[in-house]
Amino acid sequence: MVETSTATADVTLESVVKRFDDTVAVDGISLEVPHGAFFALLGPSGCGKTTTLRMIGGFEEPTEGRIMLGDEDVVGLPPYKRDVNTVFQSYALFPHMTIAENVSFGLERRKVARSELKGRVREILELVGLGQFGSRKPRQLSGGQQQRVALARALVNHPRVLLLDEPLGALDLKLRKQMQLELKRIQHEVGITFVHVTHDQEEAMTMADTIAVMNRGRIEQLGPPQDLYEQPGTAFVAGFLGVSNLLPGVIEGPNAVRLDDGTIVSAHVSGRSGAVAVGVRPEKIAIGPAGDPAIGAARGSNVLAGTVSETAYIGVATEVVVETQLGVVHVFAQNIDSGRTIPPPRSSVTLTWSPESTFVVDRDDSAD
Amino acid sequence: MRVKHHLLTTYAMLVIGYLMLPIAVVILFSFNEPEGRFNYVWQGFTFDNWANWDAPIGLRESMITSLEIGVLSTVVATILGTMIALAIVRHHFRGRASSNVLVFLPMSTPEIVLGASLLALFIQQTGIFVIGFWTIFIAHVMFIVSYIVVTVKARLIGFDRHLEEAAADLGADELTTFRKVTFPLIAPAMLAASLLGFALSIDDFVITYFVAGGEQTFPVYVWGIARVATPPQVNVVASAIFLVAIAVALGNVLWQYRSSRRQRGAA
Repeated sequence: MVETSTATADVTLESVVKRFDDTVAVDGISLEVPHGAFFALLGPSGCGKTTTLRMIGGFEEPTEGRIMLGDEDVVGLPPYKRDVNTVFQSYALFPHMTIAENVSFGLERRKVARSELKGRVREILELVGLGQFGSRKPRQLSGGQQQRVALARALVNHPRVLLLDEPLGALDLKLRKQMQLELKRIQHEVGITFVHVTHDQEEAMTMADTIAVMNRGRIEQLGPPQDLYEQPGTAFVAGFLGVSNLLPGVIEGPNAVRLDDGTIVSAHVSGRSGAVAVGVRPEKIAIGPAGDPAIGAARGSNVLAGTVSETAYIGVATEVVVETQLGVVHVFAQNIDSGRTIPPPRSSVTLTWSPESTFVVDRDDSAD
Repeated sequence: MRVKHHLLTTYAMLVIGYLMLPIAVVILFSFNEPEGRFNYVWQGFTFDNWANWDAPIGLRESMITSLEIGVLSTVVATILGTMIALAIVRHHFRGRASSNVLVFLPMSTPEIVLGASLLALFIQQTGIFVIGFWTIFIAHVMFIVSYIVVTVKARLIGFDRHLEEAAADLGADELTTFRKVTFPLIAPAMLAASLLGFALSIDDFVITYFVAGGEQTFPVYVWGIARVATPPQVNVVASAIFLVAIAVALGNVLWQYRSSRRQRGAA
């Protein structure tokens, strides 16, 4: 699916740096967004994701580096000369214009003929489910409806790339879930490249086919959601996307790590050496009473002993907090049989998980 | 509670009466038929003053001068003031903070000081300035600008910056963005500010008196003639100004009420 870099990507960033006075907001980002992709820039606030988006839109100019839309270097071009449209977090609907006037604003600037314009506006309002609302003013619509208008106002211009700046941030949880799927449907229907900025990892994973996880102005890891989740490349990604247990250890040999308590676990060390952290997701761990031959018997499994300190039944799973010599390990045990087989607090347990579910990252002393 | 409520109402009525009484007297005496040159004692009712409102020599001319200066200085000050407000709110430049403060100075400086300094300035530069119509105009623009800047600035601060970015994003260059988005949204503030500015200009006596030379605006005319006579036509013009102001204020309230109802009504 992903085109090779020889084909022209819709958006290309080459070593882009943005400095504001003496702070570095974006610190050397390179990426390519292929045509038709739903690309998410994901990271905590202040990581530079919005600045990156604003540089693509033309609202900020990079201090260094190149920004290409297709084959065209757009650095220095004002927003109105770039073939991109933005959905702003605040929607930024023109309050003195009707919904139809808002949506036709971009077409009028391009001198689209009246007859064609009317049809396109009606069509796009139908697409976002607001066919009847053309003559209303923005303040007469709910937040979710305004969000759709903002989307329609951008999409009606058929831009090369649609930029979305935390578009669902102002909506309540239920509406946000609904809009996530809605956005995905609309993107499939119109086939336009979407670049989406969010701090919500679940939102990014629901919608995007490629995610760039950003931290402190840099891209920590870039790839499909599944890769980022299953094989996080850094401690930051492991902690930001879902929950991870990180156990300190030292590389012992090819595909082996000696944990700080002496246990040897197998994992893909991918060329690392020295002090590392071994990671495993809570739902990948099997838990059983210590000494149970059925648990940990599977050959080649990684094994760790501990004592249950707390259990919490949370419906889809039971969260078990296990004290080990390496620190606290969280386990999500599936409630296959009403959660009755979960070992009670203060019992000794054995934790096992497969080497395929094990990842290795650099130790991050500054981990949040 | 009830007693308190009635006390408050009575108090409010008394204050309103206190405010309205002088205006009522002005209007009443515009219908007076005075014997002699001074219009200070009620003699009898007549419509003659209203029918012959421009009978006193110079009254009509002074009113025309006042209107010309009012309109001209308000228009120029509104344009200048709006640009200053845009610069202060939108752009970061050296001296931005101090211009923010300096803009208030004409409002807080005593008028008599402003008038005297302006006259001193104009007199020193007689090669450039001829004391008269245009020096009044310059002075009025100067004190109106402050009110425009303050009012328009308040509107711009409460204005979503992303609106202008959205316009640019949708293909509008700077001029189109101003014309289609910024201007329509700050226009009500500009209108309110310029109405205030016009009222200040029509009304100003102290500064105008210093820089008028031989030119006479309506207030200067009234001051001049009051020493020898007070024709009831002065009251007629004053009443007319008051009525126009009331009409504009009412119209504004009505318009805002109707547009807010229209916007809410369809929701």
